[in-house]
Amino acid sequence: MAGLTLVSPTADGGTLPKQISPARDAWRRFRKHRLAYLGLLVLVTMVAAIMLGPWLWRGPINGIDVGARMEGPSWAHPFGTDDLGQDMLSRMLYGGRISMAVGFAAMLVAVLVGTLVGALAGASRGLVDGLMMWLTDLFLSLPQLPMLLLVIYLFRDPLKGIVGVEIGVFLLVVSVIGGFNWMSVARLVRAQFLSLREKEFVEAARALGASRMRVVMRHILPNAVGPVIVAGTISVAHAIISESTLSFLGLGFPPDTPTWGRLLFDAKDYLDIAPHLVLFPGIAIFLVVLSINFIGDGLRDALDPRRVI
Amino acid sequence: MLNFLIRRLFTAAASLLGISIVLFAVLALAPGDLFSELITNPAIPPDVIESLRKQFGLDEPIHIRYLRWLAAMLQGDWGYSYTSRIGVDQLILQRVPTTLFIVGLAQVLALAIALPVGVYAAMRPYSLFDRLASLLAFIGFSLPTFFTGLLFILLFSVYLDWLPFIYRTNITATGWQWAWEMFRQSVMPITVIGLALGASWTRYVRSAVLDVIRLDYVTTARSKGLREHVVIIKHVVRNALIPVVTMVALQIPAIFGGAIITEQMFRIPGIGSLLISSLLANDTPVIMAVTFVFAGLVILFNLIADLLYGWLDPRISYR
Repeated sequence: MAGLTLVSPTADGGTLPKQISPARDAWRRFRKHRLAYLGLLVLVTMVAAIMLGPWLWRGPINGIDVGARMEGPSWAHPFGTDDLGQDMLSRMLYGGRISMAVGFAAMLVAVLVGTLVGALAGASRGLVDGLMMWLTDLFLSLPQLPMLLLVIYLFRDPLKGIVGVEIGVFLLVVSVIGGFNWMSVARLVRAQFLSLREKEFVEAARALGASRMRVVMRHILPNAVGPVIVAGTISVAHAIISESTLSFLGLGFPPDTPTWGRLLFDAKDYLDIAPHLVLFPGIAIFLVVLSINFIGDGLRDALDPRRVI
Repeated sequence: MLNFLIRRLFTAAASLLGISIVLFAVLALAPGDLFSELITNPAIPPDVIESLRKQFGLDEPIHIRYLRWLAAMLQGDWGYSYTSRIGVDQLILQRVPTTLFIVGLAQVLALAIALPVGVYAAMRPYSLFDRLASLLAFIGFSLPTFFTGLLFILLFSVYLDWLPFIYRTNITATGWQWAWEMFRQSVMPITVIGLALGASWTRYVRSAVLDVIRLDYVTTARSKGLREHVVIIKHVVRNALIPVVTMVALQIPAIFGGAIITEQMFRIPGIGSLLISSLLANDTPVIMAVTFVFAGLVILFNLIADLLYGWLDPRISYR
């Protein structure tokens, strides 16, 4: 009856802590990371502003007013006006939608491809695994920004003709940014697979006659979700910076689509007379990226149940 | 040593080959070729275009075209730029040293920031200094380089008027005057890249040192009576640098990405700004070659990182 002997005098077994779900526990841990919590608040505020802003602030994004060129912030134009007298606040609200949409969509692409490649490599041994990892390493050593620019240069015009300018560029930018950003997810998923597939619970599932597919989908993948969420969060920030970079180099969305990077690209020629044109979009990008990075850091702490906080 | 180097060179060549396949596949998958623009020109009959295609071998299957392209690249025949009418290889050779100068010094600056700050923060974890350094590191790598660059120009060129924001290659001064001018014009781009790099490296250094500093051999070193700075520099940092080198090697593609933005912003005549200008001018041979050179540089720096790795960690080296 050794199993009934208590492991330590304090473990009396009678007063189990109240059952809390893993999600609630993660949320409790997340809130303890104060900067991550703050980042979440900032991000939620900015997303809300972008989603609801166009209803609250009804300025047109392309209302040209040559009488009010490059004015500083005022009550009529809280973020000032650009070189054509267009209202910066409404342009930024509109551009923010695109920047955020690109960020999240590219993250989805990256997580999807990364999970697929990583799971394929981790679930199989030998040749497939080696091939997948060779592919991952190859993509890791590709110079990303030049490749991004090259692919967009080669495919932009044909795609424009097929699905229209904005949707074409959006699809292209999202798939290319996501397509160059899945490697860390793939490595994480594979690492999780390699350690989990030798664990007893997986062996038990296999002994009970679970098919390979079921073992992967029900037993291994759910356990790999934590690191993937963290990597996915960071990749949103990465994608937003990549999109802004493309627009900043004048090679992303067309000129009449005011993404934050494009606003910076247009503003850099008026740096000396209208610095507010640079500051507002730049700070917006910075705040979003900083918040997302902090959230990722908080999630890393929150989603690791072994970590004591 | 030689054996290791040779094996490593083979891997590098294989990666370069893989990248060349990817590059060529991207180019081949893209719709249209060099002569498709001629179709819209009514003065050129279709059979002329066909014969041109045949003459340049564009009607052949893709693997033959790839092998031909590869053979030409290996022989140093990189084609001619559409816009500037000189050999692509010459054009790139003119530009590479500037890029390496900026990127190299930026890495030195990043190391000069990351090493002391990261080590000191890890020696006193969760102290005020550590928290401050970690906050600044977060801010540093969340700031996109194009925004930091614009802020620097705004502050140092527009308001304070201390530094020029356009990089000139035709400085006529000589001697110390020349060095001073070079310093003034390259300090901003180098700092922009260096700060962004330094911020993320600081975090790597900190976590690597934290992993090492509690190990028994460090306690042994202290109890032998070694002085603290000897313990830190010779025992802790050397071992902590091993994972840092790995992380830095993984970041090399991003470093060159940052160089493209900075070169474009400060009009530095490096290969990054060459890439952008040829993209805007539809200069396909230059675009392909520059992308390939970037890939080559990434692999070269990865090779250097691997050699460093072997030097830092005698357990794995040269086997």
